[in-house]
Amino acid sequence: MCEDCGCGDPGLVPVEVHEHLLADNGARAAHLREHFIESHVLAINLMGSPGSGKTAVLEATARAFAGKHRLGAVSGDLATDRDARRLEAAGLTARAITTGNACHLDARMVHDALHHMAWRDLDMFFIENVGNLVCPAIYDLGQAANVVALAITEGEDKPLKYPVMFQHADLVLLTKMDLLPHLDVDLGAIHDALARVMPDPRVISVSSKTGEGIAEWLTWLEVRARIAPRSSDLASLRINRADLPTY
Amino acid sequence: MHEYSIVASLVDRVQRELDAHPGAIARRIHVRIGESAGVEVELLRTAYDTFRPRSACERAEISIATVATEWRCRVCDRVIPPGSVLRCCDTPARLAAGDDILLERIEMEVPDV
Repeated sequence: MCEDCGCGDPGLVPVEVHEHLLADNGARAAHLREHFIESHVLAINLMGSPGSGKTAVLEATARAFAGKHRLGAVSGDLATDRDARRLEAAGLTARAITTGNACHLDARMVHDALHHMAWRDLDMFFIENVGNLVCPAIYDLGQAANVVALAITEGEDKPLKYPVMFQHADLVLLTKMDLLPHLDVDLGAIHDALARVMPDPRVISVSSKTGEGIAEWLTWLEVRARIAPRSSDLASLRINRADLPTY
Repeated sequence: MHEYSIVASLVDRVQRELDAHPGAIARRIHVRIGESAGVEVELLRTAYDTFRPRSACERAEISIATVATEWRCRVCDRVIPPGSVLRCCDTPARLAAGDDILLERIEMEVPDV
């Protein structure tokens, strides 16, 4: 170190590192991503608050895709395997990841879970993350896309309060739309909030209970999985072919 | 809190560097954390103090540089004011700064050769 310009203690040796602090997780995630791509499995990291409707969306997805696509999931929770059991009952190949005190999933946890599943036979694999709008956002899990479930019951300004999560979202599922008649919610305010934290907000409004919006969500998934949709679906979803992920 | 997980990774990384420099002691760790990184700096400091004893970082102070969030237009490069809609020139804005979670350098005391 230099004594003249005061850039540090001259008795110490600086070692330049310039590495992401989660580089190890990133390397494991890149490994997972390669495996998913090689096996043509669409991996989705599904995040959201506790109670945002993540599990219900996956149940509705499984029912709608029954007989058409093979779906699998891991479900992260601090305790119990209740969500994984719900997903199995809905027809997904599912496994619980019980994290204990960990507030997020990381690539090692997902990798370890995959060792116990026949995931290569799947068309789509969902990583249902721990219910949390803070920590999961920064952990790469090898996914092709981040989807954030935001229930209309959560408050119009939720995106403004948790900007980092929504900045990482490729798609927001606005859930529980069947409750809209019973709430004083301004959907325009939710969309406005998303536009202030997401530069290119993609939003699909859904109800797992009534099926509203589920067809649009399924088309979004199929496009991502490179299963050819009807050309009219692309237009209605404002999807440009140039935006599709490259495998 | 994920800050504890981040510090665990930091300590492991420092240990690997010390393993490559036998006899060295880490004395200062420089990290850079962006406002939009999803990391709370004071929690990171607390987590560091918690993990530090009996680790590779036991004798190392941590220096955390913070980086403000900056969104810019992809077309005209204008800075988008905080809280604004993240579009300009009919194009989604880009995050120009503020998502760093970086270990910049480790300052070590090395044995005389």
